[in-house]
Amino acid sequence: MSRPEDTLPPDLFYNDTESRKYTTSSRIQKIQSDMTHRALALLQLRSPSLILDVGCGSGLSGEILSNDAEEGTPGGPHVWIGFDISASMLGVALEKEVEGDLFLADAGQGVPFRPGTFDAAISISAVQWLCNAETSEESPAGRLSRFFNGLYASLRRGGRAVCQFYPKNDLQKKMVSSAAVKAGFGAGLLEDDMGTKNAKTYLVLTVGGGEMDGDITGVVRGMDGVDVHDDRRRIKNRKGEDKKGSKAWIMRKKEQMESKGKVVKTNSKYTGRKRRIAF
Amino acid sequence: MKLLTLNFLTCARKTCKSAPSSFPLHPREAELEVVQADVNLAFLKNILPRLMWGELRTITGELGLPTLPDTAPERSALFTAAAAVSETTTPGVDPEAIDAPEHPAPVEEPEETPTQTAIDLHRILLETCIKEGKLVCGNCGHEYAVKEGVANFLLPGHLV
Ligand SMILES: C[S@@+](CC[C@H](N)C(=O)[O-])C[C@H]1O[C@@H](n2cnc3c(N)ncnc32)[C@H](O)[C@@H]1O
Ligand SMILES: [Zn+2]
Repeated sequence: MSRPEDTLPPDLFYNDTESRKYTTSSRIQKIQSDMTHRALALLQLRSPSLILDVGCGSGLSGEILSNDAEEGTPGGPHVWIGFDISASMLGVALEKEVEGDLFLADAGQGVPFRPGTFDAAISISAVQWLCNAETSEESPAGRLSRFFNGLYASLRRGGRAVCQFYPKNDLQKKMVSSAAVKAGFGAGLLEDDMGTKNAKTYLVLTVGGGEMDGDITGVVRGMDGVDVHDDRRRIKNRKGEDKKGSKAWIMRKKEQMESKGKVVKTNSKYTGRKRRIAF
Repeated sequence: MKLLTLNFLTCARKTCKSAPSSFPLHPREAELEVVQADVNLAFLKNILPRLMWGELRTITGELGLPTLPDTAPERSALFTAAAAVSETTTPGVDPEAIDAPEHPAPVEEPEETPTQTAIDLHRILLETCIKEGKLVCGNCGHEYAVKEGVANFLLPGHLV
């Protein structure tokens, strides 16, 4: 199956036609709803919260946040703010009169909120798009880092974020989760239906401090089909300890090089193409 | 865009991150719209301590809305707890202490009614929206256009 990420930049892929097709498909509605509920279960919110929805699209994920506990949204109804890079997707969300507040923005450029704004954040089926940089000045690593640094700062201490995404391969999965860890998050990967074509990957992120349990392993341990990858131990070693020349030291250097953009695409088909901004 | 959002949104440019004047963004040529929404008292109680009240006052002033009080309302001014609590609270008893138990039960809270203060706050934060206009950064002067209530925060490459 071809990945839309490999065909066009997101704002061109999600044009008016595709946005409408996407939003009205009952199959897609069901999948996005199920995944949003899964993300909410992982957030464990107990009362109405301020939530950011990254890559909110036409609001299939966000609209669930506005439901109350009886309708299956723990701690709801929440108040949410969503942003997306596709004006067409946001246009469909406006037509549907979703309750969330919407704006047009590129997650790869950061998260423009003052520190400690949100109780929680979700991102459903969007983050893999950050792995495809659209211009030669931008690298996937740089965009991922700007996104996760911004997301980290925008969350309250003790806050959580859950990003469901479709990694192209293990390398991409690792690139995404290590960018989150570098930004300061405690991170764990949860995989549903692993090894099947319906496999779903959730990156569960915690911000230390505050009253919420900041330990990711506590969040996902014991849940069905959960595979905990705790990257923090390795990260801690980063801070010193490793002896120069040791295997751990070499591995760390290698990773640093990687993060400096060895995976950078030098050029792409879309370089220089005009971006559509006007509504 | 809701005024709630405007109380948290900053300029998107990296060079404005550390500049205090990049928050709040200032509305210009703004056309306002009131969009009705259900009052969410628990949310108001949650968000109250996170508001930057002075900046909210500045913005409502710039929009020509009625002047807000100098200071944010107390949390306890947002609701009247249950029918059992009468208008005149027992002297010597701190109503905060009654209303905010240290370990709130997850769901079953006693019935609370939002006060006029809560309803006014709800109106300002969650129902008053900028429909058209622009938001201007006080530091770099960048203008973010707002159309149909949606602000455009996409930065041209050289400004990222
Ligand atoms: C599969 S849709 C998911 C939308 C919504 N979260 C849902 O569950 O229906 C992916 C969305 O991510 C958005 N997106 C892709 N790259 C983005 C970026 N860099 N910044 C913001 N949104 C982005 C796309 O425009 C699209 O609306
Ligand atoms: Zn600025």
